[in-house]
Amino acid sequence: MDVSQYLDIFLDEAGEHLQSLSDQIMILEQEPENEDTINEIFRAAHSLKGMAGTMGYKNMQNLTHDMENVFSEVRNGNIKIKSDMIDVLFQCLDALEAYTNNIRESSDEGTETNENLIKALNDILNGGTGGSSGGAKKEEAKEEKAPEAAAASGDEAWKHIKLGDTETSVLGEALKQGKTPYGLTVKVQESCILKAARAFLVFKAVEELGEVIISDPSTQDIEDEKFDFEFSLITISDKPLDQIIRAASAVSEIESVTGGVLDLDSTEIDTDEEEEEAAPAEAIAEKAEEQSEAPAKSNAPVPAGAANAKSDKKPVGKPVVNRTVRVDIEKLDVLMNLVSELIIAKNSLVAASGSTEDRINSAITDQVEYLESVTTSLHESVMKVRMVPIESVVSKFPRMIRDLSKKLGKKMELYMSGEDTELDRTVVDEIGDPLMHLLRNSADHGLESAEIRKERGKPEVGSIFLDAYQEGNNVIIEVRDDGNGIDTEAVKAKAIERGVITPEQGDNMTEKEIIDLLFHAGFSTAKVVSDVSGRGVGLDVVKSKIESLSGEVEVKSKLGEGSTWTIRLPLTLAIIQALMVTVGGEKYAISLGSIQTIENISRSSIKLVENKEVIHLRGTVIPLIDLHDVLDAPRLEEEDPEHIIVVIVKKGDKLAGLVVDQLIGQQEVVIKSLGKYINRCKVISGATILGDGEVALILDANVLI
Amino acid sequence: MDELSTVRTSIQYIVVKLGEERFGINISYVDNIVRMQRMTRVPEVAPYIKGVINLRGEVVPVMSTRIKMGLDPDVETNATRIIILKFEQQGFIGFIVDAVNEVVTLDAESIEKVADQKQDGAFVQGVGKSNDGLISILDLNALINEQV
Repeated sequence: MDVSQYLDIFLDEAGEHLQSLSDQIMILEQEPENEDTINEIFRAAHSLKGMAGTMGYKNMQNLTHDMENVFSEVRNGNIKIKSDMIDVLFQCLDALEAYTNNIRESSDEGTETNENLIKALNDILNGGTGGSSGGAKKEEAKEEKAPEAAAASGDEAWKHIKLGDTETSVLGEALKQGKTPYGLTVKVQESCILKAARAFLVFKAVEELGEVIISDPSTQDIEDEKFDFEFSLITISDKPLDQIIRAASAVSEIESVTGGVLDLDSTEIDTDEEEEEAAPAEAIAEKAEEQSEAPAKSNAPVPAGAANAKSDKKPVGKPVVNRTVRVDIEKLDVLMNLVSELIIAKNSLVAASGSTEDRINSAITDQVEYLESVTTSLHESVMKVRMVPIESVVSKFPRMIRDLSKKLGKKMELYMSGEDTELDRTVVDEIGDPLMHLLRNSADHGLESAEIRKERGKPEVGSIFLDAYQEGNNVIIEVRDDGNGIDTEAVKAKAIERGVITPEQGDNMTEKEIIDLLFHAGFSTAKVVSDVSGRGVGLDVVKSKIESLSGEVEVKSKLGEGSTWTIRLPLTLAIIQALMVTVGGEKYAISLGSIQTIENISRSSIKLVENKEVIHLRGTVIPLIDLHDVLDAPRLEEEDPEHIIVVIVKKGDKLAGLVVDQLIGQQEVVIKSLGKYINRCKVISGATILGDGEVALILDANVLI
Repeated sequence: MDELSTVRTSIQYIVVKLGEERFGINISYVDNIVRMQRMTRVPEVAPYIKGVINLRGEVVPVMSTRIKMGLDPDVETNATRIIILKFEQQGFIGFIVDAVNEVVTLDAESIEKVADQKQDGAFVQGVGKSNDGLISILDLNALINEQV
């Protein structure tokens, strides 16, 4: 069977199961007796095994199978969780992740069999129970018991399969040949995603032993996944019922298989209109009741009279688990682009309606305004669709901190908050690495060893905090630790040693400037280079990465008390509110987010400080940056001799005044890349297309300050 | 016409004019040919980058082929065109040419490799012969290469 169409689902699901495993094992380490957790792990491992098996990934299946065995024993209370066991389990997770990564890249799991891990798992099994076979057998026995019990019970869905003339005659033939007709009802686990694939495997298993005569729903519907979680079939075989049921149950993610010998007389033969209608209704009613009942009871006889069923015929939906749709990110990008185009078109309409001299037709203006509000809401909605919680990125950090803690021999704990804070998908994809760097940095350089912490009167276990929250149009992510803080003297000494600054420069630097040196390329203060951090790459990479996302990063630190790294990111990258200005006859856009105020300054109030032009504004000295110089733009001849227009922009707590010729106004602009070919100009962060089709460049005020 | 043999060994070129010389551009790179239009100047770029234009909602950089090849600067006329080429890595790039003449089909074997003797030789892959005379085949990758 071609399973490639399920590959994406498989990868998504596998990722989720792995994450869930990782989370649960972390919990398990804290609370080795937590039964819910153990069950959850068992379920996740089991599902993974099933999925890998269906997709034909043997190595992955083997590994998860052994993990499942271990947990089965843990669940039965035969093995106690130990710390070395947790380590092995984490290694298994890493191996599984490697498999999924291989599969993602080449749709092949690779040849690594991870013998050592499987051996380690088996050692755990043997150490705990003195033989793994016992556990496995017990499980099998349990599985066998279930169908038997079910077979004994009365009303089964397969009994409602209606037989047409052809089927009856085939059955008659089979009986003459000494074969037995059986009815089977197969229930697929509700968590199962590849229902059709499971059903296919069940069919295959049954067909190896006999011949499938008919199924309900039809094979076509089953292939198209047009069934809930249950399907029935009738087969003829010369093998005993037990064997068929066992074969069908061996398919993973099958919750139960029930069946019995088909009694031809009692089966509903397709004769009666009334009955035909009643049967599906009955099935629905049955299902409805099954769903409302505890799963354990679902095999119990369900008395569902036809009359009863008819009144009960209301559509019975699947249980509302999660009303979401998985959408390819590319489709969203297309949607986003279309919305961008729409906004451009809207802008040109606004421009056109504004330029008509006679405003006779006010209806047009009204409609344009309406269009404006609709496109704005449409844009917001599409943006929201693209937003994903940062959880997907930060959820791997607890595990990382745990590993670091072991590796560095320091005790530490990670506290996270605001995992549900949402960011644009493109930003979330990129933010993982910088955050990881900062966390590693805190763990390695920030936190002191337990002894020093004790001496300093701090709790032995160091704390690292990761907090995310939204602030206006920005999302703030803070990485905080209660460690040593940044030793500015050490940083300064290092910078001088590295030749980044001269000793004289060092004497004149403020504490903040020294801390900023940390972001200098090729700077690392760790005395010992470890493989955790301190390779001299890191903070400068963090900074450039975050800046490439139009964000910024800041550090605040107090020696002896810890440091706080603050990352500020824009909610979206695609569309911004901007102020349009002209400089030398050319139009430029400046993001409203970085603008503080706009001032009309008289030329006489410009002062010179260290040969640079500055202005005094409400008690602050603000350096002036003439955009004509920066942008190499021509100066207008008819410059206002008295006043200049200054756009005050801010970056963190630094301000600068940008001198422009004219203000055009505020506008929603769609950011377009200048393309790789001329992407060298740092001041220009992108371009946008104006209402009249002209291209205007977007200034990155952050670079100027 | 013997179609089979032409399909097998020939390439189509768009013939453009720069001054009096005729240059051929492999048609498979050509996305579009547009009239000269207003360009938005971009600061801090190489002198041969004249600016960016809006091409169906995409921002496309445009270079002066003349300046890049070390010829006299462009004089805009009614015949001046921007040829938009699409490159796998760099995306769309526009090239200003004096005029676009025609499309010719040249036999791969009829194109002769040339040695770099002329000033603009670095940008010419070879010389092909058509009914109207010689056509210098432009080396597009050399044209977009930044080190010159």
